[in-house]
Amino acid sequence: MRIDKEVCESEAPVPSMVFRLEPRSGVPTYLQLVHQVEHALRLGYLVHGDQLPRVKDVVASLSINPNTVLKAYRDLEQKGLTIGRPGQGTFIAASPETVGLEQLTSLRRSLASGWLKQAADAGLDEQGTIALFMAALRDFRDSPVESRPARRDGRQRRVGAA
Amino acid sequence: MNVVETSGLAKRYRRTWALHDCNLAVPAGRIVALVGPNGAGKTTLLHCAVGLCTATNGSITVLGDLGAGSLEALERVAFVAQDAPLYRYLSVRSMVAVTRNLNSRFDQAQAEERLRGLEIPPDRKVGKLSGGQQAQLALTLALARGPDLLVLDEPLARLDPLARHDFMALVMAAVAASGFSVIFSSHVVSELERFADYLIVLANGRVQMVGDIDDLLTSHKVLSGPAEESDLVGEQFTVVQTRKAARHAELLVRTTGESQLPSGWESDDVSLEELVLAYLRDPSASMLPGPLAPDELEVSEAAR
Repeated sequence: MRIDKEVCESEAPVPSMVFRLEPRSGVPTYLQLVHQVEHALRLGYLVHGDQLPRVKDVVASLSINPNTVLKAYRDLEQKGLTIGRPGQGTFIAASPETVGLEQLTSLRRSLASGWLKQAADAGLDEQGTIALFMAALRDFRDSPVESRPARRDGRQRRVGAA
Repeated sequence: MNVVETSGLAKRYRRTWALHDCNLAVPAGRIVALVGPNGAGKTTLLHCAVGLCTATNGSITVLGDLGAGSLEALERVAFVAQDAPLYRYLSVRSMVAVTRNLNSRFDQAQAEERLRGLEIPPDRKVGKLSGGQQAQLALTLALARGPDLLVLDEPLARLDPLARHDFMALVMAAVAASGFSVIFSSHVVSELERFADYLIVLANGRVQMVGDIDDLLTSHKVLSGPAEESDLVGEQFTVVQTRKAARHAELLVRTTGESQLPSGWESDDVSLEELVLAYLRDPSASMLPGPLAPDELEVSEAAR
């Protein structure tokens, strides 16, 4: 594939992540990029100090307007997730308030072996499971604050931004 | 600075007016899509901008105040015509040499490096290249001239999906590297948002809609609700398009801010394709801006 070839041939270090676009999703392109960076941070694919793909590489691989990528990177910087270093690129400056990779793995395992298994045993199909989970999540979010653990201030925790 | 500015521009071919009274001011640093049905005057407008035809009435300048087609303008504007004209019987290498000799400004090293990256063999006859490669060669030659404005007439029309992607990737990467402005025409509306951030819609030789794509999208909404209230709701807005069934109506409206909708009405975002088609369907609807605010210009230039 062309895209892979470009990645290998460019002099830049191996990019920290790969973007993809869903033209039919209705979500503006720049927001798709923002969401994907946030998602990668949450899952631990991106960590503090990682460099985001260079604008010209993103543009060449996705064939999109450079202004779109700049807008996404500006947005991430405004959220305090990244920091732009002139002439070098954009780097991850913070992680969303997340749980370590290990804890994440164990949470995932307990979800799969516990609740998901019970749902499947009860005969729920995939769509039903998703709908039920989303509904429960909404209830949880709307429930009185005292009944669940306190949240730390702000959504993002800055990890030694420069 | 405006990369293209026209005032009362009109062009007549014998008895047919291809363009009437076009007033445009396209800011620099944008990737502009020029959209319209076949025969709308897109090619005529582009030809006027690059100096391939002269206006019957009115004026057109490029890159600030250079007359379109003047020597200085020709130095700084690159144009790739619809059929990517090349000398079919020359080898790729000779084609590069010819272009170098015909231009005062030409970066041969850059052209050769790009062709290597595209894996276009230098000894192959131009006519033996695939359609996609021919388009890429024409584009490479145009880019090697180091233009401040690149004009592309229907660059995607004859390319297959993969060649389209590669062609536009080449354009976008060059823009990211050098920051020049681009105007390209297209009659395909579906993929424009990916490439363009500024839109000009032409229909029947007139400018029907022009503006920053984000602004156009935020200033339009699709409202849907009970048909019997549609006239009442329509009075609050500038209605671009109305679609009515027995009980349900859908209005595409232009709106300046939050308005109070009666209960039972919903407001939705509009897609660029929907918006363009609605304007094209109704020739009397038009969306033309007032003078551009100066700070708006600075923002777009600072974004580079």
